[in-house]
Amino acid sequence: MTVKLLYFAWVREKVGKAEEILDLPVDLTTVADLLAWLKGRGPEYAEAFGRPGVVRAAIDKRHVQPAASIAGAREIALFPPVTGG
Amino acid sequence: MSVRVQREDFDIGTEVKRLTAGRTDIGAVVTFTGTVRGDDGLASMALEHYPGMTEDELARVEAEATARWPLLASLIVHRVGTLAPGDNIVLVVTASLHRQAAFEAAEFLMDYLKTRAPFWKRELTTDGTERWVEPRESDDRAAVRWK
Repeated sequence: MTVKLLYFAWVREKVGKAEEILDLPVDLTTVADLLAWLKGRGPEYAEAFGRPGVVRAAIDKRHVQPAASIAGAREIALFPPVTGG
Repeated sequence: MSVRVQREDFDIGTEVKRLTAGRTDIGAVVTFTGTVRGDDGLASMALEHYPGMTEDELARVEAEATARWPLLASLIVHRVGTLAPGDNIVLVVTASLHRQAAFEAAEFLMDYLKTRAPFWKRELTTDGTERWVEPRESDDRAAVRWK
């Protein structure tokens, strides 16, 4: 599955890019699977996704939980907890 | 009911006038303004967001407030870009027949916005260090009480 990944705030800084299009392995089914897979893609990814339970996700511009399915996602954003307001 | 994300400053008086122009049904208008605190040696703050999702999420939060309280009008304005101590960050305006709904909805909008709208603050201090603002547990608790 080809999906566009977006990174924000310190996730973007650690990964070193704001977005990328990746072909995901077929055995990834949830957001948690995706985060675990990304962590293994290199030291910069390990730095961004190494701490469990910190990075949040949105699929097609809606917040989702780690157990959410990524099937059919066009755009997955990964970011730290929000700090607006 | 509307939301805006912008770099420019906003004027509270102008926004309230625009929101209530020609309306004679409104009996209460509440405004909340969040501003940049200059504590801990803060020199400036950079606010980034997720264009598209931010507007969607603010609209969802506003729709939820409208479903819970009998609001006659509402507005959320949130700034992005570089801000200095004393600058405006966010404006919430709610209008209703009587004050209670407007007060409560304004508080709800701020509590939900802080935990759901995809904004991130990066602080630059006067000694040149930069840091991402950490989320506050008190903000999570404030949002949870509305569940």
